[in-house]
Amino acid sequence: MVAMKKYMNEKIVIEAKNLAAGYPQNAVWRDANFSIGQGEFVAVLGPNGAGKTTLFRLLLGLAQPLGGTLSLFGAAPRRGNPRIGYVPQKHPIDSETGIEALELVRLGLYGNRWGVGGAGQGIAEAHEALRIVGAEELAHRPLGVLSGGELQRIFLAEALIGKPDLLLLDEPLANLDMRRESNFVQLIDNVVRSRGVTVLLIAHNINPLLPVLDRVIYVANGRITDGKPGEVLTSQSLTDLYGIPIEVLKDSHGRIAIIGMDEPPEHHSEHHTHDDRAARGARD
Amino acid sequence: MNTLPIAFSWNIIADLQSMLQYDFMRHAFEAGTIVAIVAGIIGYFIVLRRSSFAAHALSHIGFAGAAGAVLFGINPILGLLVFTSAGGVAIAALGRKAATRDVQIGTVLAFMLGIGVLFISLYAGYATEAYSLLFGEILGISSSDVWVTLIAAVVLLAALAIVYRPLLFTSLDEDVAEAKGISIFWIGVVFMLLVAVATSIAVQVVGVLLIFALMVTPAAVAERLARRPAEGILISVAIALAATWFGLFISFYIPYPVSFFITTATFAVYLVVRVARR
Repeated sequence: MVAMKKYMNEKIVIEAKNLAAGYPQNAVWRDANFSIGQGEFVAVLGPNGAGKTTLFRLLLGLAQPLGGTLSLFGAAPRRGNPRIGYVPQKHPIDSETGIEALELVRLGLYGNRWGVGGAGQGIAEAHEALRIVGAEELAHRPLGVLSGGELQRIFLAEALIGKPDLLLLDEPLANLDMRRESNFVQLIDNVVRSRGVTVLLIAHNINPLLPVLDRVIYVANGRITDGKPGEVLTSQSLTDLYGIPIEVLKDSHGRIAIIGMDEPPEHHSEHHTHDDRAARGARD
Repeated sequence: MNTLPIAFSWNIIADLQSMLQYDFMRHAFEAGTIVAIVAGIIGYFIVLRRSSFAAHALSHIGFAGAAGAVLFGINPILGLLVFTSAGGVAIAALGRKAATRDVQIGTVLAFMLGIGVLFISLYAGYATEAYSLLFGEILGISSSDVWVTLIAAVVLLAALAIVYRPLLFTSLDEDVAEAKGISIFWIGVVFMLLVAVATSIAVQVVGVLLIFALMVTPAAVAERLARRPAEGILISVAIALAATWFGLFISFYIPYPVSFFITTATFAVYLVVRVARR
């Protein structure tokens, strides 16, 4: 927590001005204004289909803004930016595959180059990335036999192998139990704080993230609100955002429960399964 | 199919030498070897990408093309290439997830098989042509067929070498590959074209209905056994090659279809590996 202050806000990594996303006839959200500094750990929260992944797609250059401007490292986002490490929501890992973890991690470094490439390419870097995420012992294990928690560490290593300045993690906690959630958040925190990496992490449940978060981006009801967790996750702020009465309760451990949120409006249909759980988790 | 006055002697080398004196056996071994290598390599990616049903559909689409070519007196391989290529591009263009759309693909392949049956029925030499397209007729391969097969294989493998790493990346982790700047759409189109060419030449050996034997079964074994993609490709090719050579060798002495022996061999390997690694 102390180390992060060294990096935070030294320079702006992401800046959105009047940003809108979606389709001309159907904006997912609009009028988004926020900026994220280097080294910040940001949770992206919000209900089912609110457009959290859409924000990631804009940053990855896979979608274009509907309006406004989005700046990433001082320029417009572009596809294949090597400064971004990305862990998507879904990885189609076949339970029968014998391919070992090291091979997947290596692809994060050279998979986008043409040609066949050398046999030993990226091996040293892949071992280093696996060491950083504490998964060295998994290097030669088949992907098909790894548990959800082990796979998440492998995917994180795949994202880190290119030494990114920005990590985009789309629901990395979705398939983890409470203990592993907490361990994984701590792991990300350790990895990024020592390197000044900025993290945007989409989650359903803010509680495991509370100890490490610098900021929250809340996507709901066609709008984006950002600020410190204590500012955004208040009864007043969420009531204003949704336009219906919402109550934010805290227990004696500081954990948050959001009460009174109706089924949120659906702007598009992506990732229903996880986001359904998001909505439930937020209400729970 | 072929009953020749040569007996099996247990001296494999001598047996091979004597069977290779026949042009049709030499051509069969040459084409079979080329097809097994290509099918083993492409098949590994088909299994990694879980698009084996799309590959199966392409062979049926190719059947209609080949049957049409036969009807109009054109080389059936040309008909196969044109139809499978068009079908492959169409499947890829329908979307990145199209290759896994079982119901739609199943509907199209049944329709194309029907068109193929119509073309074959309009052609006077119905039984022989239909049989060789559906089940393969490797013992009927000519010297020029071998050349066409070789050229197609060289072009295919050269193209595969160029797209190897992005193809592997999109096969294992599509969303990350896309974020890294790879065009999922174009890789999908190129891959389905490669599958189309591989299917077209493999049909000569095992036919439309048995294409899985060379393109999917060896690769399915390889996927389970290999720790590295290069290993997987080698295992897949080795099984496809061994099965093809075994099928050709046995069928020289036993008058049953080559494709029966090839499919039986690959299935036996698959079964053994599945049971052994439970």
